Amino acid sequence: MPDLTSLTVPEARDLLVRREISAGELVRAVLDRIAGAEPLVQAFLTVTADEAVAGAAAADAALAAGGGDPQATPALTGIPVALKDLFCTRGVQTTSGSQILKGFVPPFDATVVARLRAAGAVLVGKTNMDEFAMGSSTENSGYQQTHNPWDLSRVPGGSSGGSAAAVAAGECLLSLGTDTGGSIRQPASLCGVTGLKPTYGRVSRYGMIAFASSLDQAGPFSAGVEGTAMALQAIAGHDPLDATSAPLPVPDYRAALAGGIKGLRVGVPREYFVAGTEPDVDRLVRAAIAQLAALGAEVGEVSLPSTDHGLATYYIIAPAEVSSNLSRYNGIKYGLAAPDEPDMIRAMEVTRERGFGDEAKRRIMLGTYALSSGYYDAYYLKAQKVRTLIRQDFDRAFERFDVLATPTSPTTAFKLGAKTQDPLAMYLSDVCTLPVNMAGLPGISVPCGFDAAGLPVGLQLIGKAFDESTLLRAAYTYEQATDVHTRRPPLPVGARASA
Amino acid sequence: MALTPEQVEHVAALARLGISEAERQRFAEQLSGILDHFQALQALDTEQIPPTAQVLDLRNVMRTDAVCPSLSQGEVLANAPRAQDGFFRVQAVLEE
Repeated sequence: MPDLTSLTVPEARDLLVRREISAGELVRAVLDRIAGAEPLVQAFLTVTADEAVAGAAAADAALAAGGGDPQATPALTGIPVALKDLFCTRGVQTTSGSQILKGFVPPFDATVVARLRAAGAVLVGKTNMDEFAMGSSTENSGYQQTHNPWDLSRVPGGSSGGSAAAVAAGECLLSLGTDTGGSIRQPASLCGVTGLKPTYGRVSRYGMIAFASSLDQAGPFSAGVEGTAMALQAIAGHDPLDATSAPLPVPDYRAALAGGIKGLRVGVPREYFVAGTEPDVDRLVRAAIAQLAALGAEVGEVSLPSTDHGLATYYIIAPAEVSSNLSRYNGIKYGLAAPDEPDMIRAMEVTRERGFGDEAKRRIMLGTYALSSGYYDAYYLKAQKVRTLIRQDFDRAFERFDVLATPTSPTTAFKLGAKTQDPLAMYLSDVCTLPVNMAGLPGISVPCGFDAAGLPVGLQLIGKAFDESTLLRAAYTYEQATDVHTRRPPLPVGARASA
Repeated sequence: MALTPEQVEHVAALARLGISEAERQRFAEQLSGILDHFQALQALDTEQIPPTAQVLDLRNVMRTDAVCPSLSQGEVLANAPRAQDGFFRVQAVLEE
């Protein structure tokens, strides 16, 4: 019997369909793993053990009725999943990592949650995150500090650090995060798992607590590209409840993995190997690109000259949208309140002062300032125009290339506390990922090696809008030629559970 | 271009955000550093460049005007810090 918590999603699917393992065994193994690893990793804000056990029993009934036919049950039947704590889950507390939403229990499921349930997935819990998804280390959580499973003294990345760490630690087989400027890809890189940000509009944002509405997108983490493709299949597609979800057909992503990358045109943007890129990251990402060439890709250099302006542009546009989206937390409809204040405006000010952490306050003020009278043209409108320049860079690059290859983050996981006093240094963690959000493109981080300290490094691949198929095929072809994705962190929690 | 503690207080008031004296000083310093970094954008010539507000080609997405099931009043009010007679309760905003 294999170690159940080390299974990939497709491996677990095959064993479940063939009835060699049960969903009940799988979810028990995962819950045991959570019990053992959580004191060290602290990836979860809520563990839904009872719901998970009940869900697994229902999955086993469906699988038994299916009689070994993979067509008889949805593709994620019995797969244990975790959700970043900003996806609304009916009846399960959803905080977005903020004290201001402590105790908020949504009366509905986000569309992606409903779709995962319809695909048979079993929810095991809600994961830690930077408050309102603003951060690159999960240290901005209003609740707890998540630790990197590869080195517990280091951050898991962020903002979806809990979802990335949970997959790396074997506390679930699949998780969902969100990515506004790198918040799936960067923690995937730092935790040594696969993380996909789909094209803006590919996945519904309904029921996802908003950070920056023109940039946010949900996507999966898993220990391999095939599981990533299966998860995207489950959550992608038009949703009438999200006016910005694209009314486009959804291809068969798992079928799209085969075929190899002979002749695939891979561009390497020279601006993405920034000053400050660690030598091991530079070396391993270049080696991965050489591997793509060895697998038949035609690799060439390309320039994206507006890249240098990505950080400033992002940190005007995203906070501007934050200042609008976070205005709803005022102590009236839900969340924290200051009911004893007799004046309503003062009550709002006190509620927001107590409920928001420092980074949320900084971004609300940055955004309010950038949108305020007298500064709008100089900051917000200017940033929107530079956003156009960044998009045009990508448009030109994709005339010559099918996929772009870069480091996901300039560094491996950094020490807890190393950047908390210097917001700008923290922002630089996302310098390679955030231009992709501003252009609305799909991007994926796949593990491509380990630095001298044994910390994982990620290769970022960037695709054309709505061409996740090519992106996943490139990532899968690379992954299958290496064994990096099969490595698991040596967490000191004793022997892993097996059935 | 530094942001003064007085400007921080003004922006916080616009955002309905209470801040302490210590935060006024600290945020003035941190936000000034971030805004200084943004100055590089001013050197770019964007006179002829249209702004991007969102990346999709969608315009005015309409739905049919049909009655659909919705949440009950009880479900909607369940998370309210204060509710009364089926309404969200707030502090009085009108003088007597």
